[in-house]
Amino acid sequence: MSAPTPHSVPAGVVKAPVYVYELPVRIWHWVNLFAFALLVVTGLLIASPIWPQLDGEPYHLYVMGWVREIHFVSAYIFTIGFAVRIYWMFVGNEHAREIFLPAVWSCAWWKNMWATIRWYLLIDRESPIEVGHNPLAQAAMFLFFVLGALFQIVTGFALYGEGAGGWSAKLFTSWVIPLFGGSMEVHTWHHLAMWYILVFVIIHVYMVIREDIMSRASIVSAMINGWRMFKDNRP
Amino acid sequence: MAERLQTFYDIMRAQGTSRRSFLKFCSLTAAALGLEPAYAGAIAHAMETKPRLPVLWMHGLECTCCSESFIRSGSPLSSDVILKMISLDYDDTLMAAAGADAEKALTEIPAKYPGEYVLAVEGNPPLNEDGMFCITGGRPFVEKLQEVAANAKAVIAWGACASWGCVQAARPNPTQAVPIDKVITDKPIIKVPGCPPIAEVMTGVISYIVTFNQLPELDSRGRPAMFYGQRIHDKCYRRPHFDAGEFVESWDDDGARKGYCLYKMGCKGPTTYNACSTTRWNGGVSFPIQSGHGCIGCSEENFWDNGPFYSRLANIGAAFGIEATANEIGETAAGAALAGVAAHAAASAVKHFTHKPTEGEK
Repeated sequence: MSAPTPHSVPAGVVKAPVYVYELPVRIWHWVNLFAFALLVVTGLLIASPIWPQLDGEPYHLYVMGWVREIHFVSAYIFTIGFAVRIYWMFVGNEHAREIFLPAVWSCAWWKNMWATIRWYLLIDRESPIEVGHNPLAQAAMFLFFVLGALFQIVTGFALYGEGAGGWSAKLFTSWVIPLFGGSMEVHTWHHLAMWYILVFVIIHVYMVIREDIMSRASIVSAMINGWRMFKDNRP
Repeated sequence: MAERLQTFYDIMRAQGTSRRSFLKFCSLTAAALGLEPAYAGAIAHAMETKPRLPVLWMHGLECTCCSESFIRSGSPLSSDVILKMISLDYDDTLMAAAGADAEKALTEIPAKYPGEYVLAVEGNPPLNEDGMFCITGGRPFVEKLQEVAANAKAVIAWGACASWGCVQAARPNPTQAVPIDKVITDKPIIKVPGCPPIAEVMTGVISYIVTFNQLPELDSRGRPAMFYGQRIHDKCYRRPHFDAGEFVESWDDDGARKGYCLYKMGCKGPTTYNACSTTRWNGGVSFPIQSGHGCIGCSEENFWDNGPFYSRLANIGAAFGIEATANEIGETAAGAALAGVAAHAAASAVKHFTHKPTEGEK
């Protein structure tokens, strides 16, 4: 794939673009967003079915049934996407590993973390230059998204297995329900963890837009075309 | 009690039961256990050849609702269970003996039939202050429980108290009441939770043990899978209204009159493993949901702490002095995140626009 060049700037004035987010990562990101949005909406409706009281014989209606069906299908898409993303961690480029294995053992990682924090606390006027995710984003994506998603997949399929039986009952329901004490506790934690990921999404969306405007590199378009473009040539 | 244990059949014939009635009883028991007709013969053979099972039924911290439920069993009749199937050698609320004579059974039976008797426990032991919150016959219940359990063949935990702790173990649990599996760790324990358990489930469990001389298949929580394998919700006759999305919104609305699903009224059927919606209560007459009230989840662990009974979302955080649902906590956190994001955006803009660029920057 050839690098797009920003035509308003003469060549050599800015750093050369870097291909960061490979196609599978980009597809996963947007499919994941789509599945997660459906999961949040249907999940909230399952917890609190807020539609007005319906009238009619139940064999004509399947409203709660469809809400749950969409939740379950989205959950499968979310889970399969997550599995493919984990596979891509092994075969993709170095940036594909960042959100799963933040390099907490590296001094440079911590140095960049500190630089990012100074930038976000409005202490530094200029953003540090990062090719992939900055260390703070890596840590947040690991703690909120990766762990949160794993927790939701495990608790979600445990709850699914209660009604559906089969492999999810054997694989998850059998040990998750006793671990939490009961089905009600699993419901409550599954619900809380949704908010945990949603808080991350709020901050994530704000941060990418702010970075796109204020930092020295492209952020939003990078998740669409894959290329990280830089706005200047300084280190 | 005779030195050699009489068989069930000996006892029944001695009590005047005819052979015909005996065989009818065996068929009914087989039907109640959901066994195929051939098993009626197996039950008859077992009752003719096996000695009656000695059962010691102890009461700890509890309300006796399990016993109240038990004596209402319709099939098998609880009187049949007590008088014909087992040898109930101790049960302080049902036995004729009293005082020292009664208490003697708790030492005599384990000495006479070590490893052969079943210990049934209703209620649980409180551990705080060395067990002083439950004294029976002048001694802490926890000590007597452990002594009697030491030589038992198996232990039945009746009800939510013995199985999970129930109301006395709900927060803040001042007496430190614990389920019996916390103090009896080396015996097979069969948990029959519920507050109380369904009568037919209780007698069914005993019938199974007597008939097959083994414990029924237990699930991962130690409950008999045949009665606790499914949620109330899975077999609820109002389930079509749940799938349709037709819910009762208040106790006297049109939906309540039409028998809509009680999910939004806090029904715990979707999270409760019990046989109420199939076996029902009082000989199959009804069960809470059929009577128009949601399930309160009485056979689930911590059901008192997962309230309120009339809300779909459980209150959490009582340990931190706050009571809120997952949604209230989540909305607060999301609101704080949005406010933080807005404040940060404003500060970034102010910082950006108040800065005068130096020569090198432009």
